[in-house]
Amino acid sequence: MYMANKEPLLKVEAVGKEYFGNRVLEGVTFSLNPGEILGLVGENGAGKSTLMNILFGMPVIAQTGGYEGSVTLDGKTIQFATPFDAIDAGIGMVHQEFSLLPGFSATENILLNREPTKYNFLVEVFGDRIKTLDRNEMRRRADDAISKLGFSIDPSTLASEMPVGHKQFTEIAREIDRSNTKLLVLDEPTAVLTESEAEILISALRGLAAKGIAMIFISHRLQEVIDLCDKIVVLRDGHVVKELAPKETDLFKIASLMVGRNVEGDNACRTEREETPVILEVEKLWVDMPGETVREVSFEVQEGEIFGIGGLAGQGKLGVANGIMGLFPAGGAVRLNGEKIRLNDPAYSLSCDMAFVSEDRRGVGLLLDEPIDWNIAFTAMQVQDKFLRKLFGGLVKWRDDALMRAKAEEYISSLEIRCTGPKQRAVELSGGNQQKICLAKAFVVQPKLLFVSEPTRGIDVGAKKLVLNTLQRVNREFGTTIVITSSELEELRSVCDRIAIVDSGRISGILPANCAAERFGLLMMGTSEPIVAGSDITGGNA
Amino acid sequence: MKDALSKFIENAGWPRIIIGLFLLFLFAAAPFVGVRVDTSLSDTLVRVGMNGILVLAMVPMVQSGCGLNFGLPLGIIAGLLGATTSIEFKAQGLAGFGFAMLIAVPIAAVLGFIYAQILNRVKGEEMMIATYVGFSSVALMCMAWLLLPFKSPVMIWGYGGSGLRTTISTEGFWRHVLSDFASVRIGEFFYLPTGMFIFFAIMIFLVWAFFRTKTGTAITAVGSNPEFARASGINVDRMRTVSVMLSTVLGAIGILVYQQSFGFIQLYMGPLFMAFPAVAAILLGGASVNKATMVNVVVGTFLFQGILTMTPSVVNSLIQTDMSEVIRIIVSNGMILYALTRKTQVKR
Repeated sequence: MYMANKEPLLKVEAVGKEYFGNRVLEGVTFSLNPGEILGLVGENGAGKSTLMNILFGMPVIAQTGGYEGSVTLDGKTIQFATPFDAIDAGIGMVHQEFSLLPGFSATENILLNREPTKYNFLVEVFGDRIKTLDRNEMRRRADDAISKLGFSIDPSTLASEMPVGHKQFTEIAREIDRSNTKLLVLDEPTAVLTESEAEILISALRGLAAKGIAMIFISHRLQEVIDLCDKIVVLRDGHVVKELAPKETDLFKIASLMVGRNVEGDNACRTEREETPVILEVEKLWVDMPGETVREVSFEVQEGEIFGIGGLAGQGKLGVANGIMGLFPAGGAVRLNGEKIRLNDPAYSLSCDMAFVSEDRRGVGLLLDEPIDWNIAFTAMQVQDKFLRKLFGGLVKWRDDALMRAKAEEYISSLEIRCTGPKQRAVELSGGNQQKICLAKAFVVQPKLLFVSEPTRGIDVGAKKLVLNTLQRVNREFGTTIVITSSELEELRSVCDRIAIVDSGRISGILPANCAAERFGLLMMGTSEPIVAGSDITGGNA
Repeated sequence: MKDALSKFIENAGWPRIIIGLFLLFLFAAAPFVGVRVDTSLSDTLVRVGMNGILVLAMVPMVQSGCGLNFGLPLGIIAGLLGATTSIEFKAQGLAGFGFAMLIAVPIAAVLGFIYAQILNRVKGEEMMIATYVGFSSVALMCMAWLLLPFKSPVMIWGYGGSGLRTTISTEGFWRHVLSDFASVRIGEFFYLPTGMFIFFAIMIFLVWAFFRTKTGTAITAVGSNPEFARASGINVDRMRTVSVMLSTVLGAIGILVYQQSFGFIQLYMGPLFMAFPAVAAILLGGASVNKATMVNVVVGTFLFQGILTMTPSVVNSLIQTDMSEVIRIIVSNGMILYALTRKTQVKR
């Protein structure tokens, strides 16, 4: 469907974006012709959402200092202040989360705020806003839009009563109904659809493209991208790594481009660690954590190992540590050194010499309004009775402020926490320094097993390195077993011994960290592969 | 010098400085309108001693994140039950006061426990619910005061022979037992209730010490970030329960101290609005909805009671009309309004 000799509809040239000194996009360039479908793929955090926010004129971009480079639509350079401008210019967006009014019918949702109206005499008094809706015309237009998609929905069904697939179609129909839509951005439109629904949608999209509507299609289902798109742009760390034609590529190639350079260059997996006894045994764990549901996860961690848990956002990787530490309702069997851990009881999990650095730093990880020394000492004080002096023969457990202060000072210098002193409040520190406090809090309890979730999320490069180095040092010097959960595969591969990839609440595979990146990439896409012979320390289900 | 001044202003906060200066102005203006400074100062101090522990009763719940204790009447009711029981048994003097406390504290603990279970079910809406717990408990007790089998002739209605009176004198039982302990009288008009202040100081010390223990630290953390506390293995609901019980017990002790100084026990609708001056005082002292210190209690009680004592007498003399009650209501409710709106500003 190339119309190469025509002027491109959309031209994105050297677009870059920085959030608070944190670069998320750099020199992104591509173009899109009318009727062409562009597939945009990349890991979480690769910069896809930021790029779409720029395109759609989301206020967050302007509020954080705008962007670099230029975006041209139909030969005109665009700089939208709000999403309304983008809609007026002919860009339609279908969001990952539904934005439908639940109590409205499909028709009403499709034509919301664009309803055809009829004149009545009250208009003379109150103006155009009191015109009545032309229900018949609305119904006709809704039918029209839906049939264009090659799908049938009863236009009078309420959005709240639709199955998810129908909701997705309604949402797309709304964008189609706009007569001026030239460019349609679809953010994971098939994520909630069944396979057959997805097929219908894909063919509907092809039909729309034939009518001249250009599309940007974002999906984690790589096969769909290859099937549907005319060209594929792979984003990684804010850069366009490669622009491909679907004919000249395959799943494997895209996956490896997404997750990073193919460092090892070979597919053979090696193990460098010597075998040690199993310290943590997880069997059929389920965790009811909103947005990160764990369905059935089994794995084993060996003593002194650094074990990574990776996977895409929302697949359940974060739920594992939260479930074992008792923060969310969980079930199944978890054994530490062969002894069964009581779940759903944070105090018990902590008393078993396990510690947890939460991914939700500001919500769970810190006492923002309290000083640094409180943050560091609190857990150890409550769980292990450290930093307490017993008065009156143990009757009164008196807080030892001097000891807390000294300990805090020790960590401030060893972890290079930049602050005015142990009495500064945690809320006043930067993200990286806050993260160091969270680590210090965990180190103070001297855990045998340490869970760390998203240790480098939202912190600058220097702090990232220090955090990861510290984790490795603690692992080496004290023999602490560490389970790191992270969205950044490269980070996991650089520090871990083995990495489990979680997909749809299940482990899709466990591989030694030095395996080729694309194999992890495939696991993330839900393509489970049998455990490779020769990697004899892999446990759990594949 | 300038640095020191701006630092002081920052530490103390403008509201306290303005109110403090206004209070100073009232004391300075008092002699010119025929109000004696020594009497006024003495009145202020007596009121500080009377109300101090009721203000202190705010602290535990504020620290645990349950908000301001608008349910203070519940604690006061426990105190009233202790007071009336001790009079029924004709307990006199310091021992009588101790006996009243002995009865009041366990009742307050039980009521506080029930109160805490209610508050644990309405997290985020504690202050609203607390207000209604206070109000409805007062209404319930209005019936109880009539029906409880008290027999002492000094307490029951003269005509019917049953049911407690609205106001009962503590004279002859334990009136001024704390106030008069080692009290100082200078001249005709100045009186310092030393004993009451010593008792106030002891209570402040105990609450301060409690918040330096392991449990107290845990309660503070629960108030600061309940999710953090839970992740550190703290039973959040239990800590909140402890704090609510402590607040209620302090309320019961507070009203007994109030009564021995005031000389009367006020039943029926008496406790209904007792929470508001205490809330206003601690907010005026610089406490926020989830952080309060002993300094907030002392400074707030002094400033608030100072204004309440001085404004009516000075202003009434100035404008020759009785405005005292109106001014009292404006000052105390205005202060609550000010502090609660300030809270949302800080959070957003």
